[in-house]
Amino acid sequence: MLDQTEGYTTADGRKIGGVVMEMKNITLRFGGVEAIKDISFDIREGEIRAIIGPNGAGKSSMLNVISGFYVPQDGEVWYKGSRRPPMKPYEIARQGIARTFQNIALFEGMSVLDNVMTGRLTHMHTGIWRQAIWRGKAEAEETANREVAEKIIDFLEIQAIRKTPVARLPYGLKKRVELARALAAEPSLLLLDEPMAGMNVEEKEDMSRFVLDVNDEFGTTIALIEHDMGVVMDLSDRVVVMDYGKKIGDGTPDEVRNNQDVIDAYLGVAHD
Amino acid sequence: MNTQSEGVEGPQSIPALLHRNASEFADAPAYREKEYGIWQSWSWRETLEEVEALALGLVDLGAREGDFVAVIGRNRPRLYWAMIAAEMVGAVPVPLYQDAVAEEMAYVLNHCGARFVIAGDQEQVDKVIEIQEQLPEFEQMIYLDPRGLRKYDHARLHQYSHVQDVGRAKRDELTPEITARQARLTYDSTCVMLYTSGTTGKPKGVVLSNRNVIETSRSSSEFDDLRQTDSVLAYLPMAWVGDFIFSVGQAMWTGFCTNCPESAETMHTDLREIGPTYYFAPPRVFETQLTNVMIRMEDAGRFKKWLFDRCMAHARKVGPAILDGRRVNQWDRFKYNLGEILIYGPLKNTLGFSRIRVGYTAGEAIGPEIFDFYRSLGINLKQLYGQTEATVFITAQPDGEVRSDTVGVSCPGVELKIAENGEVFYRSPGVFVEYYKNPESTADTKDAEGWVATGDAGFIEEGSGHLRIIDRAKDVGQMADGSLFAPKYVENKLKFFPNILEAVVFGNGRDACTSFINIDLTAVGNWAERNNIGYASYQELARHPQVMDTIQAHVEEVNASVAEDDMLSGCQVHRFVVLHKELDADDGELTRTRKVRRRIIEEKYADIIAALYDGSKSVSTTTEVTYEDGRKGSISATLEVRDAAVQVVSRKMAAE
Repeated sequence: MLDQTEGYTTADGRKIGGVVMEMKNITLRFGGVEAIKDISFDIREGEIRAIIGPNGAGKSSMLNVISGFYVPQDGEVWYKGSRRPPMKPYEIARQGIARTFQNIALFEGMSVLDNVMTGRLTHMHTGIWRQAIWRGKAEAEETANREVAEKIIDFLEIQAIRKTPVARLPYGLKKRVELARALAAEPSLLLLDEPMAGMNVEEKEDMSRFVLDVNDEFGTTIALIEHDMGVVMDLSDRVVVMDYGKKIGDGTPDEVRNNQDVIDAYLGVAHD
Repeated sequence: MNTQSEGVEGPQSIPALLHRNASEFADAPAYREKEYGIWQSWSWRETLEEVEALALGLVDLGAREGDFVAVIGRNRPRLYWAMIAAEMVGAVPVPLYQDAVAEEMAYVLNHCGARFVIAGDQEQVDKVIEIQEQLPEFEQMIYLDPRGLRKYDHARLHQYSHVQDVGRAKRDELTPEITARQARLTYDSTCVMLYTSGTTGKPKGVVLSNRNVIETSRSSSEFDDLRQTDSVLAYLPMAWVGDFIFSVGQAMWTGFCTNCPESAETMHTDLREIGPTYYFAPPRVFETQLTNVMIRMEDAGRFKKWLFDRCMAHARKVGPAILDGRRVNQWDRFKYNLGEILIYGPLKNTLGFSRIRVGYTAGEAIGPEIFDFYRSLGINLKQLYGQTEATVFITAQPDGEVRSDTVGVSCPGVELKIAENGEVFYRSPGVFVEYYKNPESTADTKDAEGWVATGDAGFIEEGSGHLRIIDRAKDVGQMADGSLFAPKYVENKLKFFPNILEAVVFGNGRDACTSFINIDLTAVGNWAERNNIGYASYQELARHPQVMDTIQAHVEEVNASVAEDDMLSGCQVHRFVVLHKELDADDGELTRTRKVRRRIIEEKYADIIAALYDGSKSVSTTTEVTYEDGRKGSISATLEVRDAAVQVVSRKMAAE
C-alpha cells in the first residue's frame, strides 16, 4: 500500500520523502521485563509520525530508543542511510535530533531566552578562551545564534515572556518553551514526548497548530507520542500503535482507527 | 478647487508631507518596531523609499485613482506605509479593526467596494478569503507576514515585500505615473476613510480630506507644542481616528517618531523601553495600570508599603499644584522632590511614563481618583473630547487648566454651540466631508452651515468656559416622575470602583433606576485570593455572597453621591444584579471601542430586566455567547437580585 522506497503524498498534498530513520526488529529489555518486543517501523522525511498506545505500552521506551538514550538488546537503528552505533547524547544531538520531555526538563531559574539559547549549544564552536575574551568571533557567533533564537521566539509567539524566569510560567507555556529550545537546535528530526499532556483544550489547539506550523515552515520531520486520540488522528500522517511492547498497528490514522486489534487494545476485549 | 485652497501654505497631502520630512529630517527616526527582540528603526528617508516602492508595486498591480484599499492588522510600520502608499497612488486607505469578525468585515469591504486588501497576517487573510465570495469588487490581497501562507493559492495573493520588489524593479517606468498622481492630490482630496464603530446600526464610512487631517494635526500640534524629537507608542487600533491622527497626521506634520510594539502582550514592556513623550490611552488602560500598581503594593513589604502610602499622600496634596506651576511652599516642594527620588520617579519609570510631556485620555469619563493619581506623580495627563467626524479634536484641556470633570476648552479653530435640548454642536476645519454613500445620515449630522451634532448632551461651565459632558443625548431621558435620567453619569460613578468593570443602568420612563454590573476579574480575583475564597470561574466569583455585599456597598455609596446632585438625584440605583458573563464586543453587547450598546443589551437580557422591576429575589436565565473563533455556546445561571439602599431625602427633593 505504502511505497517502501519512494515517498508518498498526504491527503492535504504534502510530499513525504524517503526513509530518515528505520527501526529493524527492536527488542528492549529491562532485566526480565521486555519493554519492546521485536518492533520494526520507519520514519520518513517531512512526515508527522505518531506512536500511540495505552499506558505501559512502551511508547516512551520506544522514543528513548529513537533518541539513542536506550540501546536495544536486539535489532538495528538506521538513521540517514547508515546503521547507528551506540552514542553519547551530545553526539546524537549533533546528528540533528532534538526532543522535548514528558515532565518538562527546562532550567527553571533561567529566563526563557537563555533556555532557548541552550538549544543553540551544538551550533557554537568557539572555545572557552575565545568566549572569555568575548570580543570578536565569540560575540559574532552569539549574535548569530541569538538571531536564530529570536526567530523561534517570534515563531512560537512567546515574545512577551522572553525575559521571564521559566519557574514563573504556567505549565502550558513551559511546554511551548521546551518546544522552542528543541527547535533552536534546528533539528532534522524532532521528538515530542506527550506534547499535549495536561493541557486544556485551548492550549492543545495552540500546540497542535505549532506542531503543524513547524512541520510546514521548517520541513522538520516529527515523531510524537500522544495520549489524546483526537489530536493524534488530526495531526499525524502515519501512526504506530503499541500494546504491551508489541506493535499492533501501523498506517494512516484512518487505517489505524478501523484496525480491530487497536480497537480491542483501547476498549478491551470481552472474555467469553 | 484652487480658491478653496487659498491661504494654505506648505504641503497639501500626506505624501507631500512625507517628501518634506524625507528631505528636512532625512536621518531622524520616523518609525520603530520591535522585532526579534530588537528595536528596528527607519529614518524618514528610508521610509520614503519603502513607501514609494510599495506605491509603485500597487500601480503595477493595477491600483487606480479613487480605489479603496483596506488595511487590516495590528500596528506595524509597514501597515502605516501601506496607507501612505495608497494615498500616493491616488487611492483611499480604509483601515479596519483587526478583531472584527468576518461578517463585520464583509459589510465594510462591500460598502466601500475595496479592490485591494493589505492584511497583516494569516488570520486576517483567512477572514477575507472566507468572505471573498460576497465581495464582487475585491481583486487583490497583499499580506505582510508570510507565516502559514506558503501553500495558499497566490493568484490574487501577494507578499508585501514581493510587491515592493516589483515596484523597485519598475521604478524607472512607473515613477512618472506616481509623481503625476501625487501632483493631482489637493487639500480637498480624500485622505482616509474611517468606519465609525456605531453604537447603533451599521458602521458609517467617515470621509476625511487632507484639509481635515492636516489642519487638525497642525493646530493640535501647536496647541500642545509637539516637536520633531517627540515619540509616540502606536498601539491603539489603526481603524480608530485617534490613532490615525496621532501616528499619521501629527507624526507627518511635526516629524516625530512612531513606535510599534512587538505584540499586544508586550505593550507594557515596550512602553517602558521607548518611554514616549506623547502618549494617549483610554481611561481603561490607566485604570488597569493603577489597579496593577495597587495590587503589587499590597504584596510589598511593610516598610515599602508605608513609604509608598506616605509619599502618595503627599503627592496628592501638592503634586497637581506643582504640575500646574502654582505656588507651593518650599518645605512641601522639598518633600515632593524627595518623593520623586524615592517613589514617583521609579514608579513612573516602571510604568513607562518617565519622559511624558503630554498625555491624553478620552473616549470615556475617567475616575477622579485615577486622574489625580497620575497627575500627582507629575505626569501631564489631560482630557480631550472628540469624535471621528471632527477628525478627533473638539475640546482639549490646556496646560494648567486640567480637571477631571470637564473635557476642556474648544480647540483652536473650533466653534461650540449648545442646542436647546442640551446637545453639543461644533464647527471646525476638521469637520468631515461626508458619510460615504449615505447622504441622509450626512444631512442628519451636518447642517448646511457646517455645524455638526455630537449626539452628546452637555453644557459650558460658566466662568471657566470648559465643556462638561453629561451623557449621550439620545440616552438622556426622563423618569416616570419627570426627573432627569442620565444613565452614563451613574454608570461612570459605578465604574470608578476598581471592583466594577462595567455597569448598565436602566430606568428611562420608569419610576426607579436599576443596574447590571460586571465585576472586574483582576481586582475581585485578587481580593478573593487574599481572603482565601476559592472560585472556579468568573460566574462563580460573580455570585459569591461576599462579592455581592461589596458591590452592594459600592452601589449604595454611589447612590449617596448621586443624591447630592439636585438635577440627577432621581437616578439612584434601587436594585441590581451582577451579571454572569462579561459584556463582550464579540456578542455585540459592546462596540469595538468598548462602549455599551443599550438597545441590544435591553433586548438580550429582557428577562433579567423584568426581574429587576417585578420585585423577585432571583432570576434564572440562559445566554448565548460567541467564542472568539465564531462558534456559539450558551451559559445558564441563576442570578440574585439585590435591593440597594437609596437616599430618601433626595427622593423628596426630586418629587418637589
